[in-house]
Amino acid sequence: MSVLRPLDKQPGLNTATILLVGTEDALLQQLADAMLKEDCASELKIHLARSLPLPSDVNRPRIDLIMFVVNLHSKYSLQNVEESLRHVDATFFLGKVGFLAMGAGQESHCSIHRNTVTKLANTYRSPVFFCDLEESQVTRFFRGQAPAHTTDANRTRLSPWPVPDTCPPGP
Amino acid sequence: MDETVAEFFKRTILKIPMTEMMTILKAWDFLSEKQLQNVNFQQRKESLVQDLVLLCEKKRASVHDAALLDIVYTQFHRHRKVWDVFQMSKGPGEDIDLFDMEQFKSSFKKILQRALKNVMVSFRDAEENAVWIRIAWGTQYRKPNQYKPVYVVYYSQTPYAFTSSCPLRSNIPLLGQALTVASNHHKIVKMDLRSRYLDSLKAIVFKQYNQTFETYNSTTPLQEKSLELDIHMDSRIIHENRIEKERVQRVTQETFGDYSQPRLEFAQYKLETKFKSDFNGDILAERKEPLRCLIKFSSPHLLEALKSLAPAGIADAPLSPLLTCIPNKGMNYFKIKDK
Repeated sequence: MSVLRPLDKQPGLNTATILLVGTEDALLQQLADAMLKEDCASELKIHLARSLPLPSDVNRPRIDLIMFVVNLHSKYSLQNVEESLRHVDATFFLGKVGFLAMGAGQESHCSIHRNTVTKLANTYRSPVFFCDLEESQVTRFFRGQAPAHTTDANRTRLSPWPVPDTCPPGP
Repeated sequence: MDETVAEFFKRTILKIPMTEMMTILKAWDFLSEKQLQNVNFQQRKESLVQDLVLLCEKKRASVHDAALLDIVYTQFHRHRKVWDVFQMSKGPGEDIDLFDMEQFKSSFKKILQRALKNVMVSFRDAEENAVWIRIAWGTQYRKPNQYKPVYVVYYSQTPYAFTSSCPLRSNIPLLGQALTVASNHHKIVKMDLRSRYLDSLKAIVFKQYNQTFETYNSTTPLQEKSLELDIHMDSRIIHENRIEKERVQRVTQETFGDYSQPRLEFAQYKLETKFKSDFNGDILAERKEPLRCLIKFSSPHLLEALKSLAPAGIADAPLSPLLTCIPNKGMNYFKIKDK
């Protein structure tokens, strides 16, 4: 079984590679698009995976950060993350893993309690972020006309939720 | 004109939205073009309705004409009713007779009128050899209630009929019998299929969905799909499980086809199975009687939602055959028992 190890490859020159793991491809794609729009000191590459282990026949750069994405509306996504965690080497959890829990805003749709994800994150000594993806509204001003509101579907905004009881990353 | 008939006209015309008024009245074909031109359609609805009722009165419209208008309205607003599906069958060794629409209509009417004294039946022919039947039920001593009619849509070249849900359940067997006998069939069975979308029910029952053999250039849509994936991908985003994604797309396409699914609002599963448990000595597993449980899936467009489950990553592909068999089996009500 292939296991992800943090230091088994040489780092790329001025590149950062982030791996997002989650069942819902559309969600991961939106997250990746939003992240790439932000300024980054290094060249950013984002790998999207449904689950671990990753296909072994591919030549990929060293992974600097893994974010496990859980959709609180779907028990299936939590199950998938729990199974994927087994394929990550213990040394990765020294500050190179994080959890993203999405969908806490719609309480009625949540089938996973927030504490479940918090406990999972605590077990793995990694931070957890609760957030939701929003479509941001872009206001365009035309000369002499009232402003028109349009939704730019490509622009997404991460709105952070108050994070309960996360332990600091690192040993 | 009788007061009740005038009231029936008024209420039926009031139901029609202003935007559709002209279209529906033209389809009704009772008031001539000239007469319609003389009516002021720009006034408030109540006054317009009054003018139209007066016109109908002048033209000596009967309750049957009003019933026809009601049928036209329902044809335009068929999604306001919930439709059941009935399937008829001929007896073994029976010849396939030539279907005579007029004979069917008179036979159908006679059967109902013989059984119930006060019943009003109206017919309107439609495309594809179909006939829309409107039935207003009365009792021995009461005239037919025009505000709770039942609609039947019968496709004469097929053994299928669609009926709107009947408020008076006791009349359903009679309705079935009239349909069966009038159309020279032997037996009628209610299918476990129900929806608001009559056209989708038709598509399921006549197997008119997913006709992949229609287009000879069917390779072009597939090519477009793979291009779509490439255009959206930023070169800095790498999909690790591309092979798995393609497998899921392939399985979904094999199960559901390329074209849009017929529209259903729900699927209901009635379980009468014994409780199965992994734990030994679980109290529920010891019960001898089956555990009764009802599971209902609802959606504005159930089959499209099921089709998008696996690609969205919410479920594994392939989906349970209990979900994917819905259009093939023509059922959205299931009873699951232990074998």
